[in-house]
Amino acid sequence: MKTFRIGGVHPAENKLSAASAIEVLGLPKQAVFPLSQHIGAPAVPCVAKGDVVKVGTKIADAGGFVSAAIFSSVSGKVAKIDSVIDASGYRKPAIFIDVDGDEWEEGIDRSETLVKECSLKPEEIVEKIKNAGVVGMGGACFPTHVKLCPPPGSKAECVIINAVECEPYLTADHRLMLEKPEEILVGVSLLMKAAKVDKGYIGIENNKPDAIKLMQEKAVAYPGIEIVPLKVKYPQGGEKQLIDAVISRQVPAPPAIPISVGAVVQNVGTAYAVYEAVMKNKPLFERIVTVTGKSVVKPSNFLTRMGTPMSQLIDAAGGLPEDTGKVIGGGPMMGKALMNIEVPICKGSSGVLIMNDKEARRGEVRPCIRCAKCVSACPMGLEPFLLSTLSAHSEWERAEKDDIVSCIECGSCQFTCPSNRPLLDMIRLGKSTVMGIIRARSAK
Amino acid sequence: MDLILVAVISLGAIGLIAAVILYVASKKFAVYEDPRIAQVAEVLPQANCGGCGYPGCSGFAEACVKAGSLEGKLCPAGGQAAMEKIAAILGLQAEASEPKVAVVRCNGSCENRPRIVKYDGAQSCKVAHATCGGETACAFGCLGCGDCVKACQFDAIHMNPETGLPEVDEEKCTACGACVKACPRVIIEIRPKGKNNRRVYVSCVNKDKGPVAMKACKVSCIACGKCVKECSFEAIKVENNLAYIDPNKCRLCRKCEAVCPKNAIVAVNFPPRKPKVETPATEAPKAETPKAEA
Amino acid sequence: MANKLIVSMSPHVHNNDTVERNMYGVIIALIPALLWSFYAFGLGSVVVTLTSVAACVFFEWAISKFILNSETSTITDGSAVLTGILLAFNLPSNLPVWIIIIGALVAIGIGKMTFGGLGCNPFNPALVGRVFLLISFPVQMTSWPVQGQWGAYLDAETAATPLALMKAAVKGDASALDQLPSAWEMFMGADYGCVGEVSALALLLGLGYMLWKKIITWHVPVSVLGTIFVFAGLMHLIDPTMYASPLAHLFTGGVMLGAIFMATDYVTSPMTHKGMIIYGVAIGFLTVVIRLFGAYPEGMSFAILLMNAFTPLINTYCKPKRFGEVVKK
Repeated sequence: MKTFRIGGVHPAENKLSAASAIEVLGLPKQAVFPLSQHIGAPAVPCVAKGDVVKVGTKIADAGGFVSAAIFSSVSGKVAKIDSVIDASGYRKPAIFIDVDGDEWEEGIDRSETLVKECSLKPEEIVEKIKNAGVVGMGGACFPTHVKLCPPPGSKAECVIINAVECEPYLTADHRLMLEKPEEILVGVSLLMKAAKVDKGYIGIENNKPDAIKLMQEKAVAYPGIEIVPLKVKYPQGGEKQLIDAVISRQVPAPPAIPISVGAVVQNVGTAYAVYEAVMKNKPLFERIVTVTGKSVVKPSNFLTRMGTPMSQLIDAAGGLPEDTGKVIGGGPMMGKALMNIEVPICKGSSGVLIMNDKEARRGEVRPCIRCAKCVSACPMGLEPFLLSTLSAHSEWERAEKDDIVSCIECGSCQFTCPSNRPLLDMIRLGKSTVMGIIRARSAK
Repeated sequence: MDLILVAVISLGAIGLIAAVILYVASKKFAVYEDPRIAQVAEVLPQANCGGCGYPGCSGFAEACVKAGSLEGKLCPAGGQAAMEKIAAILGLQAEASEPKVAVVRCNGSCENRPRIVKYDGAQSCKVAHATCGGETACAFGCLGCGDCVKACQFDAIHMNPETGLPEVDEEKCTACGACVKACPRVIIEIRPKGKNNRRVYVSCVNKDKGPVAMKACKVSCIACGKCVKECSFEAIKVENNLAYIDPNKCRLCRKCEAVCPKNAIVAVNFPPRKPKVETPATEAPKAETPKAEA
Repeated sequence: MANKLIVSMSPHVHNNDTVERNMYGVIIALIPALLWSFYAFGLGSVVVTLTSVAACVFFEWAISKFILNSETSTITDGSAVLTGILLAFNLPSNLPVWIIIIGALVAIGIGKMTFGGLGCNPFNPALVGRVFLLISFPVQMTSWPVQGQWGAYLDAETAATPLALMKAAVKGDASALDQLPSAWEMFMGADYGCVGEVSALALLLGLGYMLWKKIITWHVPVSVLGTIFVFAGLMHLIDPTMYASPLAHLFTGGVMLGAIFMATDYVTSPMTHKGMIIYGVAIGFLTVVIRLFGAYPEGMSFAILLMNAFTPLINTYCKPKRFGEVVKK
């Protein structure tokens, strides 16, 4: 069975909510939409205080090419445009909407019927995706339409769908595949058409045999789409690792991007969002969120309107456990620890993970014993022990020479470190500093 | 006997050859360096703090000698005294400079600024800054991991375990600015020492709107603007929800300190205020010598 | 909610590996060899091992407390115990207690704590201790008791080791190699030598355990043993009466112990797989060179110490293969 070639680790899977069918979560009282929910320029509000909006009304325009529009997930009145603490732990501008009823924009097809036929041209599909505010649903939130418009000189050869869900605990993508397989496949066909390729791969780790089986059965009817079962290994869901695993090509060091080897990678949730946007005229305003954790009463998968505070999801899953130590937006390997549980669900919120106090604490930091386990674990072939020391000593030039910018921040090094060293903390610091230095240099 | 002779001769020969090689090499590869550079470097503190903007003390010495004038050059660590000595060596005129000191503009001690979450990452302010807004609801204030303490070459800044904030030792601080660069939130500012070491400054860098800042910390600036109105010298400005006192315009009258509703304005090294009835203000300073401590 | 939320950067989970787990893992891997040494050398082995471990732990504690004034004690992490066992394994079983204590002081004091304790030492501490003793007390350090004297310690009868015979052969004694025990006997541990090095089988069991538990990777031991086998084999082919067979080289002296437990020491070995192989090959080569052409009958300790010195250089020039360097297929 296929997998990526360098490094990798095996965190305990803990897919507690894998058997919980997707439930529809109730409407929030107030929905909050941060203006930067995606990579790139923040969106620009196109509503003002007091405006009445419906479900699916555009409330903020894209702030540039690499940006995405934001749509209201509720109907009601705009209460204010203020700031809210988002997953980054800082106050960011956001639109607050007081919910009143559930009235949808006309033109959104709310029926469950599967629409397969699409006569749109590739450019029209891309335009529709762009106008629906679709971004990568895996967590990085890169605007989807940007990935479908390859830079001049590069050509896409295949679309790779990331259904790996290598993060422990999370099951949103898994449930989506089990419950909406045909919709996903139509979405993949649309993405293939938009990228002008005739080959699509869906990579699924073999810890989801039911999803692999179901998707393989359904995919027979969709020419060009191949289901690729993959050996379980973290971080297979990393874009570069997935390409290596599926088509055995390695994306060179930055500034090369996946399209340099002919691949367009999209998340399985994105494929579903594309289906809804193109076939059902439904912009991106809801998503599936896993609420899980060892102490959570009822680990669940919720179909959630964006802007819902996480506390509402936690309540629906049985409330915040008494021994809560950490609440994480996303998975345990790459998610962000939240400062409070009122953070709104955004386009990239794949899960809410609640860890108990004991799990949440890091172990005591010990001296590096140079065991080289981080080197073996690094999926990018870097030397985490060295990079973290260089960062701690502000040796930016050497860090750059040792390819610190290639780091994908997967956390495998810190996960394996027997001395509990904060390797990735320091490498992140070094990476952002070095990237700043590189930008300043190229700006000259 | 022969053995000794052989040993002496062979060792002597080796010594002679080595001496010749060394002599030739020292002549052939000699690089001329202005001897004044070494002289100048000698009077510098040799802390290599980088406060002058040159790579280390020797870099600064070289720059001083080559530039031919001391305009715009200052060794903050050595201060005016060092510059006078350099001027004497080079036969130039040293620029007059005002003594400065690092000022920590945050008063968010454990008591003033309640902790709402616990930070459990690497003990580095830079990392903590990138992780989240910090342990308190103030996303601008001191993170307390001590990057400034580690950056200081002069042992002049220390964490106070009670307040969780860094404190500057004015006697030792050379205003080199290493701590300013180390602080990811630019809380520390290099300000003129002021007359009799007296300074008035806003001890807060919170740019959140009033209500948010109000809730986060007992001594935050809420940009109410009272100090601006009170100031007779136009020394105070409010920008981005934060007041700033221009040290060059401030006349140390302390009226702003008195009106600040949140005690965000701090005056240091002044004698204790006398009860209002007894003023003549002019006599107050003479009554007691100012304390050296901040 | 009872507690404040904790915030930190990702990753938020850990595989629960610890320094202790690795150190005690190596110690567990040493148990077969330890048991064999008790069986082979009896009382002497017990005394040497206990003295060495106790002295190492004591010096680690004393130095960190009274000289470094550090508040936290590192004696529980298992590294001092491990150094103690490894040092004992490299000593003859009839060595007086006072010499062992000096060895432990040098190993921990000079070999480890001088450089800042665990993780900072450039040389393998146990080997520093052993080589110091070997040079300072050559007579005591090179008289090895005959096996099977369970109650004997200082008064144990000694005999020439296979290594001494091999050295004699190189020096021109044509009949020396005929006196060597068979390779099978040496593999099982019937030859004479230091406390822990006699049974290749027991040491290989330890290797298997460490590989299974992923404490070490195969690169260093395999490259050391492979190189010794190949190089010694070539020399054997050139002149079988002068140079012993490669199997004899592998199963005598400290080769197994060194390749499996000393050369693989985390702190002093290279960080990348490529580097580990270069390091291992060099150790194997140097060992055979010293054994066949040097003044000492055994070369493993010196070879490892020499290559320890090269480890930083290897680390600088041997980078792991970066992702994306692989040519497109």
